[in-house]
Amino acid sequence: MKRRDFFKSAAAAGIATVLKPTSLDAATNNLAVQSVTDLVAVMGGEPAAMLTRAIKEMGGIGKFVKKGDKVVVKPNIGWDRKPELAANTNPDLVGALVKMCKSAGASEVLVFDHTCHDWKKSYANSGIERAVISAGGKMVPGNDESYYREVDIPRGINLKNTKIHKAILDCDVWFNVPVLKHHGGSKNSIAMKNLMGIVWERGYFHSHDLHQCIADIASLAKKPALNIVDAYRIMKSNGPQGKSEADVVTLKSLIISPDFVAADTASMKLFSQVQPTEIKDVRYIALAEKLKIGTQNIESLNVKRIKM
Amino acid sequence: MIYLKKIRVALAILFFLPIILFFIDFTGKLPLQLHELLKFQWIPALLSLNLILIGVLLVLSLLFGRIYCSTICPLGVFQDIISWKSRLFKKKKKKFRFEYIKPQNILRYSLLTLTIALFVFGSSFLVVLLDPYSAFGRFASQLFRPLAIWLNNGLSALLSGIGNYSVYKVEQVAFVPVAFGITSFFFVLVGVMSWFRGRLYCNTVCPVGTTLGLLAPFSLFRISIKESSCTRCGSCERTCKSQCIDSDAMKVDDSRCVSCFNCLSVCKKASLKYEFRYKKPVEVPTKTTAANNSRRTFLLTSGAVVTSLAYASANKALPGKKDSILSRRSIMPPGAKNIEHFNANCTGCQLCVTKCPMQVLKPATLQYGISGIMQPHLTFSTHVFCTYDCNICCNVCPTSALQPLSMEEKKLAQIGIAKLRLDMCEVITHETDCGACSEHCPTQAVHMIPYKNGLTKPHVIPELCIGCGGCESICPVRPHVAIYVEGVATQIKAKKPAEAEKFDKVIDDFGF
Repeated sequence: MKRRDFFKSAAAAGIATVLKPTSLDAATNNLAVQSVTDLVAVMGGEPAAMLTRAIKEMGGIGKFVKKGDKVVVKPNIGWDRKPELAANTNPDLVGALVKMCKSAGASEVLVFDHTCHDWKKSYANSGIERAVISAGGKMVPGNDESYYREVDIPRGINLKNTKIHKAILDCDVWFNVPVLKHHGGSKNSIAMKNLMGIVWERGYFHSHDLHQCIADIASLAKKPALNIVDAYRIMKSNGPQGKSEADVVTLKSLIISPDFVAADTASMKLFSQVQPTEIKDVRYIALAEKLKIGTQNIESLNVKRIKM
Repeated sequence: MIYLKKIRVALAILFFLPIILFFIDFTGKLPLQLHELLKFQWIPALLSLNLILIGVLLVLSLLFGRIYCSTICPLGVFQDIISWKSRLFKKKKKKFRFEYIKPQNILRYSLLTLTIALFVFGSSFLVVLLDPYSAFGRFASQLFRPLAIWLNNGLSALLSGIGNYSVYKVEQVAFVPVAFGITSFFFVLVGVMSWFRGRLYCNTVCPVGTTLGLLAPFSLFRISIKESSCTRCGSCERTCKSQCIDSDAMKVDDSRCVSCFNCLSVCKKASLKYEFRYKKPVEVPTKTTAANNSRRTFLLTSGAVVTSLAYASANKALPGKKDSILSRRSIMPPGAKNIEHFNANCTGCQLCVTKCPMQVLKPATLQYGISGIMQPHLTFSTHVFCTYDCNICCNVCPTSALQPLSMEEKKLAQIGIAKLRLDMCEVITHETDCGACSEHCPTQAVHMIPYKNGLTKPHVIPELCIGCGGCESICPVRPHVAIYVEGVATQIKAKKPAEAEKFDKVIDDFGF
């Protein structure tokens, strides 16, 4: 190698190191002045109060929902379990969000999940059906393939296309509202894992590297406006179903971010205080960052931490 | 006495409508308590040894004759409906055109004896096939119900096309060819017989009808013809769907009369009466000979059948539940106790199958042997497994083949045990995380243990496993799953899963 070439490549490598994607993101975030909040974490309140506060910090619901919008809220309603077992998203949180969307002028708010247990029982016993209907939203079934439509996932590595629920594909804006849980398969179930509930064919995920497929589905073009992670009650063990209330810890917390990776990373840090877990073992988080879906570098973001 | 027919029709509707609607209801809107009504049937009451119900049915039969056949039995009422509707398609002259025929004594008594004898020898093959309530249950669940669901789903597709999700799609009833074939055969058989010959099925094939026919000649009330005023016009004979009135001889064959009272309302001379049998010193020497003949035939045929059966069983084992040919032992619904109890008591009425919210219950083909055809067993497929928080099947069973279990008992009822084939597991073969089996395990009998490189692999604790099939239903390995449930011959109580360690430190920091 000539000395000139060496200098050239060394310089190029140096520039590349300085300007690696995450720091670029961070730089642009910093440039866009501190007015944009990237992540809000609230602790110590009831679900509805924490949501109101967090959304206010994010710029108010009107920033996300316009008058006449068709809105979808996608909680985790996977299991025929009562709210106290934290297998599903907190019904009060879901109800409060639906109400908020309606008050912002949403023409309709649809709520669904592709459940693991019997969908009717899961909708009913999770308490979510009642909360949604009394807040003026509608429950939509997700139990049949005919409700799903095939879309391409151009950025996916293992998952190149899959069938997504039509409610998501046809809405104007949607919110991803997972609950923070331990998970026997993917280690933890948070925002990205919750996307398996908008998909019809989940068996493919399990047989084609679960973590990669979860990262792939998070690259879906139609992103949620916000990931609203329910950590009011979290499931620390025996997830995702849980056996008893001994698996549940009440943290009275809420983490909100439009960034999948940031939301999951922050949630993992909260979770690890209860059940120490290596974030690198929750492989889909790093894989998603690699697909440039978001950043694990919480410090680079504009984070609001609120105690109520 | 026209009011008698009206009462009969009203009662028949009162029994028939709830039964058929209960079987067809795919929305779960009808209250499950309706199953109590289904216990009030002869075979279910006998099999569950419900002495009170047996007593009531017996008293009814001894008072009023075969009133069971004309009001309570759904198959009987179903035949009446067919016979009644057939008039719309018949020429005017042929409407109501029944005529007296002789009873098919050899056939009906042979079938009755064969049914009882097989049952005594340990095979409920004919009880399952011929119990009229269960036969009707299968019409409703395997023919009417799919039709209703098909209509519902058509409507749902139309509506969801325009963004209306108010009618949701319902999973179609699983198609089990042999069960469907047998049900269709009986549907055609019963349909054709009733279309052309009224209650011929009840009076030749049905073992309950034949048995009640043996009791009916002793009932306190019966139809009789007043010879003094009868003109032998034959209008009663023409309207008798049991074809048991011989108007020329002015005789009614009590053993086949189902107490429908149609004849009472057509007699212009009011010569037919439904009245007390034993009121006078009695006129009839001829009648007794007829009855004697019939009873004699019964004794003869039953003797013949039993002898030949005994002979057959001496030579070779009866076809039955013993010869299990399948490698996997079939999985009985919770509450079945053990295979002998279950096979002997289940009549394959399909009520549990239609009420199973997961549709994991399906009628068996040969999984329980030849006599277990139509009896329910569990078959798992993607998203189809036995729900942890559900005890419907064992609580609706009218024959007590499934014993009622409380929710707590059901959650520990071991109906099978998961068998893990680790060498086929996704984690081992592809070295990736999966854990779908453990994810679906409600008791964590299947849980994940450390493997390598931060990966975890499944592990089964058999004593904790209740055999719900959550793991099997979700295992992504193909063509054959790496974890499956093997049925048990005797259902026992599984060990109660231990709870996780409680966490009671206070967290007041976000951790980031």
